[in-house]
Amino acid sequence: MAHHRLAPRQYLILGLVALCAPLGDTCLSRGMKHFPPIHLAHPGELVAAVFTPWIGAGIALLIGFFASYLTALSWADLTFVLPATAFGNVIVALLSRFWLHEYISVSRWAGIALITLGVGFVAHGPSLTEEVAHLPEKEHVS
Amino acid sequence: MMHPTPGFWASAAMISSVVLSSTTGEVLTAAAMKSIGDLDEIRARAGMKGAIKAVITCPMFFGGVFFLAVAFFALLFALNHLNLSLVAPASASLTLVTNAIAGKIFLKENVDGRRWAAALLVCLGVYLLAI
Repeated sequence: MAHHRLAPRQYLILGLVALCAPLGDTCLSRGMKHFPPIHLAHPGELVAAVFTPWIGAGIALLIGFFASYLTALSWADLTFVLPATAFGNVIVALLSRFWLHEYISVSRWAGIALITLGVGFVAHGPSLTEEVAHLPEKEHVS
Repeated sequence: MMHPTPGFWASAAMISSVVLSSTTGEVLTAAAMKSIGDLDEIRARAGMKGAIKAVITCPMFFGGVFFLAVAFFALLFALNHLNLSLVAPASASLTLVTNAIAGKIFLKENVDGRRWAAALLVCLGVYLLAI
């Protein structure tokens, strides 16, 4: 496996993937809590939810996430991008602690430490699997 | 608005639907992006229009988007019945493991010890954040 080092711009793209996804999920959750329980017999109610402000904001953030995610996947492996961008969970937890002044239990601090360790592990390794060069096709002898 | 809490199997089915559709979509999308090549290079060579054209003319990309859309509506459905503190970490952590397996099998990625360790550490970390 070759060691593909990332440029600062590529780290920025990974940062956008990490931030937009959890913030988008939070907006979706807030929006969906205003709806009564939706049943599979009425799937149209799910589509109607798309046009409410919180769900709309969540979708806008998730579009930003998807654009960055596609860019990242074009130069890095899926198994590199996903753990590396899990750092967004840590950012959201730290924002909730220092911005919203929420209490973070010992187990959550342990979770933050494990995610940081996991991200450090994968980010220190190669970002892309080296492709095996295509060998010339053998000539068929009839 | 208070919702009746679904049972264990109903919750597991909702989260499994998100995980399976999300994994399928992500593997198809990753395969599509690998076949297209580095988007930064394409954009430098052919501009933003060229990069967008390269993506939207790849049929496998739409297969990925279809399954990601299924995952999105499965997530909306799950969030309507379950708490975000359960759905988001459970689906995120399980998707990491299923993607590592799918990446090795279908995308032939070199999932070495470092990547397995990272996937499992992040999976456990996300679980601890949720409890």
